[in-house]
Amino acid sequence: MTLGSIRHHIRIQRPAATVWELAGDAGRLHEWFPGITSCEVNGTDRMIVLDSGLPMPEKILVHDDVQRRFQYMLTMPMFEYHRGGIDVIDLGDDTCLVVYSTDADPRAMALTIGGATAGALEELRRLMEGDQQDGAS
Amino acid sequence: MSRKILFVTSDQQRYDTLGCNGGTLARTPVIDDLAAHGYRYERAHPQSVVCMPSRSTIITGQHPSTHGVWMNGVALPVDAPSVASVLHDIGYRTALIGKPHFEPFLDPFARFIENRFAREALVGVHRGFEHFETATHGALGPLHYARWLAANHPEVVGMFFPVLDAALEVSSAGGGETGAPQVHDNAVPREWYHTDWVADRTIAWLDSLDADDDWFCWMSFPDPHHPWDPPVSELGRVDWRDVPLPAGYIADVSRREAVLDAKPRHWRAWYDGRLVSNYEAPADWVPATLTSDQVREVNARNAVECELIDEALGRVMAAIAGRGWGDDVDVIFTTDHGELQGDFGLLFKGPYHVDALMRIPLIWRPAPSSQTTAPDTTVSRPVGLVDLAPTFCHIAGISSPEWMEGSVLPVDDADADARGFERVLTEWDSVFFGIDVHLRTITRSGWVCSAYQPGYSHDGTEGELYDLTGDPLQQTNRWDDPSLTGLRSDLLADLWDHQPPRHTPVRRVEAPV
Repeated sequence: MTLGSIRHHIRIQRPAATVWELAGDAGRLHEWFPGITSCEVNGTDRMIVLDSGLPMPEKILVHDDVQRRFQYMLTMPMFEYHRGGIDVIDLGDDTCLVVYSTDADPRAMALTIGGATAGALEELRRLMEGDQQDGAS
Repeated sequence: MSRKILFVTSDQQRYDTLGCNGGTLARTPVIDDLAAHGYRYERAHPQSVVCMPSRSTIITGQHPSTHGVWMNGVALPVDAPSVASVLHDIGYRTALIGKPHFEPFLDPFARFIENRFAREALVGVHRGFEHFETATHGALGPLHYARWLAANHPEVVGMFFPVLDAALEVSSAGGGETGAPQVHDNAVPREWYHTDWVADRTIAWLDSLDADDDWFCWMSFPDPHHPWDPPVSELGRVDWRDVPLPAGYIADVSRREAVLDAKPRHWRAWYDGRLVSNYEAPADWVPATLTSDQVREVNARNAVECELIDEALGRVMAAIAGRGWGDDVDVIFTTDHGELQGDFGLLFKGPYHVDALMRIPLIWRPAPSSQTTAPDTTVSRPVGLVDLAPTFCHIAGISSPEWMEGSVLPVDDADADARGFERVLTEWDSVFFGIDVHLRTITRSGWVCSAYQPGYSHDGTEGELYDLTGDPLQQTNRWDDPSLTGLRSDLLADLWDHQPPRHTPVRRVEAPV
């Protein structure tokens, strides 16, 4: 088994549409993903740069404002496979569930990126509703 | 002026690698001398057999269930309790030089401050350490040693064994003369190897102190943890062809496999290459392929690394004497956990609570000026790394904070008996891509008893029970021995009575390591 698959989620006390305005904006990832310094979108290409200075090119695969679903892949040669996915799910009570999934080969990168995505979800919630809730799971 | 404290750790060092503990491969005269003038613990156990939880226990004085670092890759919060903070608050100068590993190493997003210290030239008190200068096993990465090497000796960076392979798994690549995994000929000059660097930087920090400063210095060597790539100039110290096979290595394959089959099933599954339950062993290495010559070569390289640590410590001790502090310094030497190193035909570490991983060296040489030392005292009662933080407080002349769960190390067996050193606990939890393993272990009254909780390979009924006196190599699992039902029940009851509740919420896994 070479594919690592990690999923984190968090409930945010804000409407899905409000959260999607930020989480679904491909060019604003650095605003809520700790460790990412900058983010530049050019068509379906996205280049993020990490705090460590490492550039990470990505290809945007899905950007669906109706389903509120975003998918992308890292295109660095070290990845045999990568899929990152963000889903903002309306829970019907003016709150939403945000799911951030990471599949990667090498699988160790799924753990490493996945840990960072959990931190990103916490930051997203902090930005949306203030720092008052439990951690991401 | 109080007693000063030099706290020395190695990484993944077995009990039997020291001369004072009966080891015959490595020459360790400096540590042996400390033991000859202090206390030598014969049954010291870590509370976890992997780095991050164990090191978190050392600094917090808490069991993993309490501090919450339940496996490698789980970060210890920066504001977690720290004995270094306690000492710093009462005026001690404090430093950690070498391997910290309270936060994950694999950190491309640079989320963890431990990995930003060198690159961002951070200063200030961190976890109670006013000086924080870091190193780990190789020459790559963001820590101080790697950056120093890259800046000053870039030509040697590629000489080290890369611990991780291209897939970021623990590498199974072999080298040396036997092709043993993680054995490598490293042409780095000895004086640039991390063992000597840690000693050099420790001496430099000590030189920066005033003569009347009280200080606590954690000197944390990355060796003899794999890779086994000591400077090639030093390999002549131990010819692997002359190395006897370890007592725990069962040469007869049929008998070895029978011993493994009597243990919970993940032992044999790993040996056969059918299950890798944790990140700390190479994913594509099959232990059953390990040859006796490979075991010899690993042990030879390991012994060389132990000798280099001993000599580096000797240089630091000489520097301390040169500052006129020789009589005023307590020295404690230990490690974070052991290494299988050929026992049962296995290498590395994992959810295997036997002496190879749990019995560790622990020496405490009190400051001669304290006049508390009975020379060459041996303590046979069980103690743990959880007892170190309270011991540091005791040396500094203060009471332990309530959040510390251990006790000041006993100075002899009578002291241990009087203060209730009856048992020591070790725990393991891991979740690794759908494979989870959970065990809790008590060592008491000459027995070691491990209870498995439900997980990928276990239904919660399995266990291990060993008689440490009659079966010192833990080759006969007596968990199902009907004559020991009462003993087993008693040990388990004691285990659950003393096992701290698991930290909630469960801390998140941030990275593989």
